[in-house]
Amino acid sequence: MLELSGIKAGYGQFTALWDVALRVTPGEAVAVIGPNGAGKTTLLRVISGVIAPVSGTLTFEGAPITGQPAHEVVAHGIAHVPEGRRLFPGLTVADNLKMGAFLPAARKHFAESVERVYGLFPVLKERRTQRAGSLSGGEQQMLAIGRALMSRPKLILLDEPSMGLAPVMVLRLFDLIRRVRAEGYTILVVEQNVRQVLKLVDRAYLLEVGRIRMEGRADELADQDFIRKAYVGL
Amino acid sequence: MSGLFDLVVNNPLLLAEAALNGLLLGGVLALLALGLNLIFGVLDVVWIVYVDLSMLCMYLIYFTVQVYGWPLLLGAAAGIALGVVLGLLVHLLIITPILNSPPVNQLLATGGLLFFIQSLATFLWTTDHKTVRLSLPTLEVAGMFVSFSRLIAFALAIVVMIGLYLFLTRTYIGTAIRAVSQDRGAMALMGANPQRVYLVTSAVGGMLAGVAAALLIIQYSVHPFFGAAFGPITFMICVLGGLGNMPGAFVASFIMSEIISIGGVAWSTELGYVIAFALFIVLMFIRPGGIFAKRQ
Repeated sequence: MLELSGIKAGYGQFTALWDVALRVTPGEAVAVIGPNGAGKTTLLRVISGVIAPVSGTLTFEGAPITGQPAHEVVAHGIAHVPEGRRLFPGLTVADNLKMGAFLPAARKHFAESVERVYGLFPVLKERRTQRAGSLSGGEQQMLAIGRALMSRPKLILLDEPSMGLAPVMVLRLFDLIRRVRAEGYTILVVEQNVRQVLKLVDRAYLLEVGRIRMEGRADELADQDFIRKAYVGL
Repeated sequence: MSGLFDLVVNNPLLLAEAALNGLLLGGVLALLALGLNLIFGVLDVVWIVYVDLSMLCMYLIYFTVQVYGWPLLLGAAAGIALGVVLGLLVHLLIITPILNSPPVNQLLATGGLLFFIQSLATFLWTTDHKTVRLSLPTLEVAGMFVSFSRLIAFALAIVVMIGLYLFLTRTYIGTAIRAVSQDRGAMALMGANPQRVYLVTSAVGGMLAGVAAALLIIQYSVHPFFGAAFGPITFMICVLGGLGNMPGAFVASFIMSEIISIGGVAWSTELGYVIAFALFIVLMFIRPGGIFAKRQ
């Protein structure tokens, strides 16, 4: 479904990713784990077109999307839930969801999509007339995911969904992501909460200082001594 | 303060008339302030040249109506169309090439355009005041005298502002404009082409300048320094309401127009402006984020 090869990318003189290859097949949930500053966020930003790679290729469902700007990549069916959620704080919950369906193809199915999102996250329906900025951290993350679903994506990119949430909320959030997955969406998630995320996904990549160090099935990676000591804290 | 005191005690009717005229002036000022604010909200640039664009539209209406004999409504439509074109041109020719420069450079570029337009207008059309004469009656309402053209301008300004409100709250592109003003980058992730949102914003902002021109030309004569007369007060209203804050600009328009109008009747027009600007400076010390800013 999604295939990256030889991706090199960065900001100005600084190179954040070196020769990264990654693959996501339909229906899969894949995680990219690694320490702060490893380049995880940059990786998602390259996929969604926020930044263009210096070299390498990206294909999505067989079509090359390398170097396409963000607003065109969304139309292919890739929704990016960015780091820090990036909601429109002054807009209501309903208007945030409406913006998620900005693409003409998504607008046609607005009523159906919004019911689906309210079904997944009933609290958003209760709060639909409230400003997004007034929601709790967990609710904001649900809204960010819901807003991404409104574009009717095939692949969802999640950047640190548990960031800034209370521990109880983190567990609930991972349950909610499981429900999103059960709806048939393909997920690529970047996460620092390695223990939880490895329970959620099928496969994972370990990214360190801009390079893929390891990849494998989530249960195998979770059993590796190296990963247990460095990231899971066991 | 004796001027105001005299007015309240001895001539309350004149005070009421001034207040009513202030209200009517506020409607048109609000249109300009909302247009300027809309563009600022999305692009983070104050178009210092904004009211001068209005002035160009006023000249077009003047020439089409007074020189070529077009009906006023047709001339007004041409003025509004020119506003849209000017809005697009300012964005494409002045802002787009320096979109990623610091906002102050963009501010200065639109400031340069202001002096260009001012000088060009003086060169082409001299400093004569040009008027579209409307032989409309002055109405007497409960002993107060109100010009009919002001009343029409106010009513139309309100109608256009309701239209703007519906556009910004009910349509996808209008909501996207508000969304971009809160987070420039995130809207691209929703599939909106940022350049398109900027263009629509600039066109709508230009259109509002054109509508304001049509409503101003039936009340005031146009001259090359018209922008210099209305520009500062428009900018001040936006800052007072909180830059980018649309309801704030709406309310601030009426505060300023009332001060100018009542001050003008109590003392003199000049002193009315002095008081308005002094109040602005004082308020900037007390509430630098505008009268409606949340306290940090």
